[in-house]
Amino acid sequence: MLDLLAGFVGELRAAGLPVSLTENIDAMAAVSHVPLDDREALRVAMAATMVKRPEHRPAFDTVFEAYFALAPASLPDDPDVDLGALLDEALVSGDTEAVRRLAQLAVARLAGMEAGRGVRGSAYVFKTLRLLDVEGALARLLAGADGWLERDDLAAAGERLRGEIEAEVRRRLVAEKGPQAVARSVRRPLPEDVDFLHASRDDLAALHRALRPLARRMASRLARRRRQGGHGRLDFRRTLRRSLSTGGVPADPRFRRPHPHKPEIVVLADVSGSVATFARFTLQLVHALSGEFSAVRTFVFIDGIDEVTRLFAESDDLTSALARVHQEADVVAADGHSDYGRAFAAFGARWGREITGRTSVIVLGDARNNYHASSAGVLAELHRRARRVWWLNPEPRSYWDTGDSIVAEYARHCDGVFECRNLRQLEAFVSQIG
Amino acid sequence: MATARSVAERFESLGSVREGLAGVDYLADDAIAGVVFLADRLDKPVLVEGPAGTGKTELAKAVARWAGSRLIRLQCYEGLDESKALYEWNYRKQLLRIQAGEGAGTSWADLEGDIFTEEFLLTRPLLEAIRADEPVVLLIDEVDRVEVETEALLLEVLSDWQVSVPEMGTVVARRIPLVFLTSNGTRDLSEALKRRCLYLHLDYPSVEREREIILARVPELPGHLAAEVARVVRSLRMLDLRKPPSVSETLDWARTLVILGVDTLDADVTESTLHVLLKHRADIAAAARELKTAG
Repeated sequence: MLDLLAGFVGELRAAGLPVSLTENIDAMAAVSHVPLDDREALRVAMAATMVKRPEHRPAFDTVFEAYFALAPASLPDDPDVDLGALLDEALVSGDTEAVRRLAQLAVARLAGMEAGRGVRGSAYVFKTLRLLDVEGALARLLAGADGWLERDDLAAAGERLRGEIEAEVRRRLVAEKGPQAVARSVRRPLPEDVDFLHASRDDLAALHRALRPLARRMASRLARRRRQGGHGRLDFRRTLRRSLSTGGVPADPRFRRPHPHKPEIVVLADVSGSVATFARFTLQLVHALSGEFSAVRTFVFIDGIDEVTRLFAESDDLTSALARVHQEADVVAADGHSDYGRAFAAFGARWGREITGRTSVIVLGDARNNYHASSAGVLAELHRRARRVWWLNPEPRSYWDTGDSIVAEYARHCDGVFECRNLRQLEAFVSQIG
Repeated sequence: MATARSVAERFESLGSVREGLAGVDYLADDAIAGVVFLADRLDKPVLVEGPAGTGKTELAKAVARWAGSRLIRLQCYEGLDESKALYEWNYRKQLLRIQAGEGAGTSWADLEGDIFTEEFLLTRPLLEAIRADEPVVLLIDEVDRVEVETEALLLEVLSDWQVSVPEMGTVVARRIPLVFLTSNGTRDLSEALKRRCLYLHLDYPSVEREREIILARVPELPGHLAAEVARVVRSLRMLDLRKPPSVSETLDWARTLVILGVDTLDADVTESTLHVLLKHRADIAAAARELKTAG
């Protein structure tokens, strides 16, 4: 048992969870208080002692499922069972038992798992889902459903089925290969470590969920820091009033509240295909924080540039605002490939005068200029006028200045160029500028 | 120094925790029951995090109610300091004592020994919980509101179960209280604090559990409506809203339906009472739009 637990904790750490030594010891103590045959109690005991952030819970559960797997179902495959009919039934009823049974049967018949093959859990899952045609069945049932409640019931049942199929595949793999190999093969980055440029659909959904609490945390952090920034000038009137209770001795000086100004932010975002995801998340974060800045103006470009602040202001819903950015903003001037030089030149000519000593400019992009002219002079002019110019680059630092990337040329006119590949780095940057 | 030991094992088993909490109308799932049980066995505080209105504070109250303990509550806010959380010397009373002593000619040494005694100590929630003779549940509410520096105040109390008062010495807990800290996650708590706590994340409940919660808390609502309410709320939470409806808002809605005497939940009723569930204009508009398209 100790070996198993040690391996389990090692795997958690390998998956990126920060499990400290004390937490490890606490986990051992906790485990000794729960009945070992109660798998859910075991899970609770270990999660409560070792997982201290909700974003890390899915990663924990994945590892747990591998290390403390149930034995795979050994249902005899009955060729008479019509999986299609079972599928409809399970999805409509949403019944946990029906869904589980269907998942077990489907994996046994369709996944084509054979002993001795390499562990590629996700491939089996996709194969089962495709052969079972879950998407098709869902679409058919959704078309016939009336009311949003039923639609959501179906969607929930679909999610549950997917989860059960994954679990069944994992159980079979664990039975064959052992927990370590499986845990390693299903390891996924934590949401804050997901690379913007190579995120899968599931990763993006996780990122999206992580973004709102992150924005809330950052907003309160920025506001707090502003309030705390030392005290202001002595408040003579209130100090005097206070001194009355100490016999005229000003023992308890009072100060005015400081009013540090909020920065004004101008964002220039490259929204061309290669970096669109990065731009989307960054814009979303900056706008969620707009209350902490005196003004946020947003410009998007590919080879033309256009202001989209209005779109964000009009729409309460950021997702639809972002969709409109792509439809309505006039961002393509020539061929639709990134041209930073042309975009900067257009910006400088049209809006350059509006940049003042109170403005901080943030440029989002990979600086891959498709070998066009850089127009770095415009950026230098902006740098002279603005309070700060920052550049966020979603590419790993080692790729900078390779091929058509001309980061260094622009970096000379920036106060800082930051690698910004995941939420963790983005968070670090935003908390620095507040 | 006397060792501080809690009354050994307040709670018998996992199952008894769940039943006990159900007895005071708090429906605990596996995770909640498990963590409360372990908190007692390991003598560790519980850090409860999660969106607003998912029953974090209620959990502490329910545990106190069930165990028959006194609930001591420390409501955190920005600017909370030692004198509000731990203890404070009642200096007005000390001043009176000194003035009274002046006439009688008491020596300074006697006086000093006299004014720094329990009589002149104003206990605040943390010290009160530590000094209590009877079993208590200490609730430190919304701990994410205090500054990082103030958090450090809690560390001595929560890991060593003692409070140092320089003039008097160290006060060690007579029995270890059950401690719940709640946080809405508006900022990351320090690693040091998290390390000392058991962690419980309370999220919105599943449809089935929410239905049971509604039935337990609003027994007047007919069963079929409770199920319907839970489904509507689940669907609302799936929309991309600024503030998804919380469990407490669901209960408010259920009570509203009871008062209105609603028998079937159709789109019209739902739309006209949405303001009980959603508190942002944009959210209400989005939900109403969804209701219309669903027809």
